[in-house]
Amino acid sequence: MDYGVSDPAGGSPRSQGQHRAIKILLAGGFGVGKTTLVGAVSEIRPLRTEEPLTEGSLRTDSTAGVEGKTTTTVAMDFGRISLRSDLVLYLFGTPGQQRFWFMWDELAIGALGAVVLADTRRLADSFPAIDYFERREIPFIVALNCFDGAHRYDTEDVRMALDLEPELPIVLCDARSRESAKDVLIALVEHVLMTASEEPLSGII
Amino acid sequence: MPGSDERWLDAEAGPVVRPYALTQGRTRHTGESFDLVATVMTTRAAITDLGSLAPEHMSVLQLARAPTTVADIASDVDLPLGVVRIILADLRELGLVAIRTPVVMAERIDKHTLREVLNGLRGL
Repeated sequence: MDYGVSDPAGGSPRSQGQHRAIKILLAGGFGVGKTTLVGAVSEIRPLRTEEPLTEGSLRTDSTAGVEGKTTTTVAMDFGRISLRSDLVLYLFGTPGQQRFWFMWDELAIGALGAVVLADTRRLADSFPAIDYFERREIPFIVALNCFDGAHRYDTEDVRMALDLEPELPIVLCDARSRESAKDVLIALVEHVLMTASEEPLSGII
Repeated sequence: MPGSDERWLDAEAGPVVRPYALTQGRTRHTGESFDLVATVMTTRAAITDLGSLAPEHMSVLQLARAPTTVADIASDVDLPLGVVRIILADLRELGLVAIRTPVVMAERIDKHTLREVLNGLRGL
């Protein structure tokens, strides 16, 4: 845990500085490369959540034979990128299925935005995530993970297939590459910056 | 705790103690809720009754001696987030830790911070 603020001598003015933590969500279907992307660009660490089973998940998770089971373990991809001593980016990769939305609700609060990682061979897997972010007006971009040998689609075809707004960025990436993963995050922040400048400040018409 | 003597079962065997046994079965914490990236730090308050704290509470306290986040602690102690939240809320109730939601969480992230993030990423 090195934030450079635990100077025992107490002489560092930074120890009074604000520690800023910024969240970015990474969503996408199973096996789309979320863990790979988080690992490529950040210090990836294990993080699990053991959540009480809700009625909704009880319907989907078979609990036959384990009737005492009232919690379910969900592993998250959790990565940290220290941009500066007082500014840290946290990446949270979460499963895209609808039954994990209870986790997203919390992750999304105050988040900078989201990346929906998609595989052109299984585009439909990214529908729930796109739907989620659109409905909650959370800024996001779509990143197409170009797997080896995967047919490279034209991004405009993907836009049509996913029914995305014309201004929503779709980027191609290689989740294994640090540079490529970095570019995905940069594209998201640029998109958020651009969207932010279009919206008037509250109170000003 | 990695390295402790009783850890003779490997990860495949699963936890010996169900995680929520550590919280006496509680699945919701007390007090004001806090974010996954809220900053946690120990206060200067002295622990009056050491015996009342479980080893897991002590581990969490140890980690929070320098400012850290809820998610970092959960990852470091290798306990589910829900359990760590309850432990943190217990420690807060005892006055042993302060949990502060990061400034940028409160409102929409301002453009200045966005640019800082952008520059930081470009400089990686």
